Amino acid sequence: MVEAAIFQGLSWNPVTDVRELVSFPFMVHALEAGTIVAVMAGVIGWFMVLRRQTFAGHTLSMIAFPGAAAASLVGLPIMLGYFGFCGLGALVLAAIAGTRRSLGAESAAIGSLQALALALGFLFVSLYHGVLNGLDSLLFGTFLGITSRQVEVLLVVAAVTVALVAFAARPLFFASVDADVARAGGVPVRLLGFGFLLVLGLSVAETSQITGALLVFALLVTPAATAHQLTSRPGLGVALSVALALVVTWLGLALAYFSIYPVGFYITSLSFALYLLVRIIRPLVAGRAPSLAPEPA
Amino acid sequence: MFAQEFMRNALIAGTFVGLACGLVGYFVVLRAQVFAGDALSHVAFTGALAALVIGVDMRAGLFAATILGGIVLGLLGERARADDVTIGSFFAWTLGLGVLFLSIFTTKSSGGNGTGGVRVLFGSIFGLSTRDVRISVALSVAACLLLLAIARPLLFASLDAAVAAARGVPVGGLGLGFLALVGLVAAQASQAIGALLLLGLLAAPAGAAHRLTTSPFQGLLVSGTLAVGSVWLGLTLSYTFPTLPPSSMIVASAVGVYVLAVAAAKVAVTRASSSHPIVGSRSS
Repeated sequence: MVEAAIFQGLSWNPVTDVRELVSFPFMVHALEAGTIVAVMAGVIGWFMVLRRQTFAGHTLSMIAFPGAAAASLVGLPIMLGYFGFCGLGALVLAAIAGTRRSLGAESAAIGSLQALALALGFLFVSLYHGVLNGLDSLLFGTFLGITSRQVEVLLVVAAVTVALVAFAARPLFFASVDADVARAGGVPVRLLGFGFLLVLGLSVAETSQITGALLVFALLVTPAATAHQLTSRPGLGVALSVALALVVTWLGLALAYFSIYPVGFYITSLSFALYLLVRIIRPLVAGRAPSLAPEPA
Repeated sequence: MFAQEFMRNALIAGTFVGLACGLVGYFVVLRAQVFAGDALSHVAFTGALAALVIGVDMRAGLFAATILGGIVLGLLGERARADDVTIGSFFAWTLGLGVLFLSIFTTKSSGGNGTGGVRVLFGSIFGLSTRDVRISVALSVAACLLLLAIARPLLFASLDAAVAAARGVPVGGLGLGFLALVGLVAAQASQAIGALLLLGLLAAPAGAAHRLTTSPFQGLLVSGTLAVGSVWLGLTLSYTFPTLPPSSMIVASAVGVYVLAVAAAKVAVTRASSSHPIVGSRSS
């Protein structure tokens, strides 16, 4: 199969093009990993946007970078660094959120945490001499260099995180929409909040290995934000968020294969274009048929 | 330490950039716009790389991108305040653009393997020329003066937008102008400590000041002082131990100061509540 694979370029015949895409093992791995990541990011991102924890999610995705840098400095497997640092970051973020201070003070604390994480990351990279060539791949990922072993690990982590979210979906939704009422109803709001950040950290650590620390965020936030614009129904919203993440990931990978530009550029541009389109079209549709798409109060 | 020219340049530029970051940061935290500051730091990265690709001066790209980015964020956030999802989607795309420019730049310049990108991301305060320092000082002073000129109405608009609007304060225009000003300061700071790390100087000293005092003008003073102090401490550390990069040390100092301030505020609150049990309430 490897022998048969020849780069032919875009033929504009969809069947031939898709056949060429999957004739390379590295593209198959990239597509498998992209699919897993897109499903997971779609589910978890939907809850992240619902809970207005975009800044926390972005900070967690930044924490993956010093994790990877520290692991390569000490000589441990990079995956361990990703998961260790993201877990730690989730703990700190949960502690910050637990103080229930004003919005400004909380965001200052999150921002300081993020800056410290990045400062440490740069420190580790400069202490580890000669890694500067690898800095770009730590930050921007290696979508096209994924092994089948990595795909297996990704699958396990994604299955665990999605199962955890599915298991806690109802109380988590309740606690996210109205924390006070949920608390009165006996839902463990703080525990759920911490658990969610931990799952977010896990999924971010996993995604950073593919899209890189800087671009994880694109798959987490934009498809979910688009889905929230389109529907406020939870089940439909999650499904839509996953579907959008899948489409932009597949298209992005295919476009990156047939051109010289990086995959991160295509994924972010496609998802942002979709988001803008929905933002522009939705008010027009809502204005014409207000009964079909009611404005949230 | 002061005998070295690069160190003198770094100290002078760092002092003024730090002061501007501390003052502007105070309002950023007050208005709960740290996430917008975060977004602007990524816009700075993309702008600088775009300038490198086109072949113009990096500074031009930085300033154009961050000031424009500030205005875009202001326009996006006008209807719904603190719309973090819109900010997030916007700057995820900006990052994607940055990656595009980075890949074009690294393929175009065969010799330098991505060091341009690293310089933008993490700054080069020890590599500033005397001319860089002059521009940097002039712009930082201008940013500080502008901020102090609009400080009173901005404070009013930040604390109670509805009442300020009723009194005739142009709340929307002030918000827009303020974000453009944050963009200007972000461009300054990303030359010194890098696009990824400037959030530390913007958020940490200001966060500490908000914990230590509730009086706004005292807070501005504390925030500016702490930011300048962090720059000095970081530069000294990096000079003494040359393996430690200066931008990392500056941000680590700023966050260290922030953690100390939080601890000090906690101690003060518990002491006050133990002596006056009725007064002891948490500061919100």
